[in-house]
Amino acid sequence: MEIRKKLMMVILLTCGAVLLLTSLTFAISEFITFRQTAKRQLATLGEVIAANSTAALAFDSKEDAAEILSALKAEKHIVEACLYDENGNVFSLYQTGSASPVFPAIGAEGYLFEDAHLVGFQKVFQDEKYLGMLYLKSDMNAMYDQLVVHGVIASLAIIVSLLMAYLLSKKMQQSISKPILALAEVAKIVSQQKDYSVRATKVGQDEIGLLTDAFNQMLTQIQEQNIEITSFNQKLEQSVQERTNDLNRVNKELEAFSYSVSHDLRAPLRSVNGYAQMLQEDHADKLDKDGLRITNVIIESAKRMGKLIDDLLDFSRMGRQEIVKSTINMDTFVKGVVDELMEGEQERHINIVVHRLGVVSVDPNMIRQVWVNLISNALKYSRKKENVYIEIGSTVQPGEIIYFVKDNGAGFNMDYAHKLFGVFQRLHKESEFEGTGVGLALSKRIIDRHRGRIWVDSKLNEGTTFFFSIPNQ
Amino acid sequence: METDDNIVEILFVEDNMNDAEMGIRALKKSALGAHVLHLQDGEEAIQFLFSADIKNLPKLILLDLKMPKIDGIEVLRRIKSDPARKVIPVVVMTSSREECDIVDSYKLGVNAYIVKPVDFDKFTKVISEIGSFWISVNQTPLHNKIK
Repeated sequence: MEIRKKLMMVILLTCGAVLLLTSLTFAISEFITFRQTAKRQLATLGEVIAANSTAALAFDSKEDAAEILSALKAEKHIVEACLYDENGNVFSLYQTGSASPVFPAIGAEGYLFEDAHLVGFQKVFQDEKYLGMLYLKSDMNAMYDQLVVHGVIASLAIIVSLLMAYLLSKKMQQSISKPILALAEVAKIVSQQKDYSVRATKVGQDEIGLLTDAFNQMLTQIQEQNIEITSFNQKLEQSVQERTNDLNRVNKELEAFSYSVSHDLRAPLRSVNGYAQMLQEDHADKLDKDGLRITNVIIESAKRMGKLIDDLLDFSRMGRQEIVKSTINMDTFVKGVVDELMEGEQERHINIVVHRLGVVSVDPNMIRQVWVNLISNALKYSRKKENVYIEIGSTVQPGEIIYFVKDNGAGFNMDYAHKLFGVFQRLHKESEFEGTGVGLALSKRIIDRHRGRIWVDSKLNEGTTFFFSIPNQ
Repeated sequence: METDDNIVEILFVEDNMNDAEMGIRALKKSALGAHVLHLQDGEEAIQFLFSADIKNLPKLILLDLKMPKIDGIEVLRRIKSDPARKVIPVVVMTSSREECDIVDSYKLGVNAYIVKPVDFDKFTKVISEIGSFWISVNQTPLHNKIK
């Protein structure tokens, strides 16, 4: 229900209730007063009639009595009257209606209301000598007539009052409802159009005025906060953009760097290698044994540096390359890698066991590099053992699959294990086992990018086990 | 610039003189007897290929990518967008194994892309094989003459 209607309803209901209650009070008080007055008047009348009747009773004159009683005609509300003699016998009668009334036996002196009538007895005395009894019966029509008239007047008063109240309240409720409605209208605009710049107009200094002030203040605050948030967002976006630009720039620089490394470093290296070899081939007759050895060192060093550059480029490229995952069967995948690597190990007796590895979602090109690295490490570092045993397997753990490559090769002291996954970190001399020290760093980077872990367990001269995990969802 | 009996069969565009020397050595060793013209940058290559008095186009172009003035990619673009010259087999020989270079070259219609090996033996082998394949094995359109 609208607040306007509510306000009017409250006013009208209150007015109505007050009017009704007042009228009711008046009616009751009038009713009581009327009855008392009627009783008193009847008693007075009774006394007068009784006083007049003493002679008639004393002289036993029924005619006189009838005359006295017939004087009651003037009193329209007296419907019946009766005069009893001292023995209680009816002496004289008076009645207005045609029906023959039944007169009651003499009762005690006094008046009381009986049904819709007031009845009463009045003793007739003469000088303290009891002569008889007067009975009077008065109807209450007059009272009821008056009550009806009063009721009609009251009803009319109530109707007129309510009408007035309605008109007045209709006019006056606006002083309360108008500012509230105006406030509600502004609130609607704010919530529907998200326009926080509108303001409610303040009307008066009452609570609604206070509410309007608070509402406007709230809007101002929201507006200010919005401006703050927007500017903060802009700043944030700007700084993100700046960072992105920085990152892109650094990335471009990195790319340019690796490009020039791959191009510019390789070219002179090829010359070093090529010219040394041309020297050996075209001018061998002019070189002695030591000269040949020196040119060999030059050639080998250049080759090694070429490999180093390639590995380093692979490593830096791995950081930038996008991961492209697909679901692969690790069993056939690893078997392919093992077969390929075993081709270069024909002369050695190698026992290599591949357990079940299952299906997993990874970037196949990247993971291939990990397997190649770990398996070729196992082959490389077990080269000096007679009975080589390499075991490849997996265990499924909650949330991840752990793969391992275990060999019985050279092993290493676990004190240096933390160094193993850094770039160019090597635990063996180049003369013992060749390598650039990039492979494990690259493997770690690949596993990191798969959100997995890589770690190692080793014992010097007994063997090494490499583990890596891949999250399995 | 050239005479009929001195037709250029292989155009070798390479700015690095050492690589050029090693490359020419390898081409000679493969005993193809092909006539090789070595040019040092893209500008020279374009001047040669698009000169008014060129009568016969080379049977093979060996093209380095990173060169001063006009780079190999641009030379490749000019060759492959010319109706008469687009039929010449172009083999890119470069130190770069960057994916973008490989993709760009193939998009422009390169016939082969070779990364120069650092190892001299491999380098010699690769160049010899390229030379013998494109000159002896491969068939090119006969109308390699400019009309």
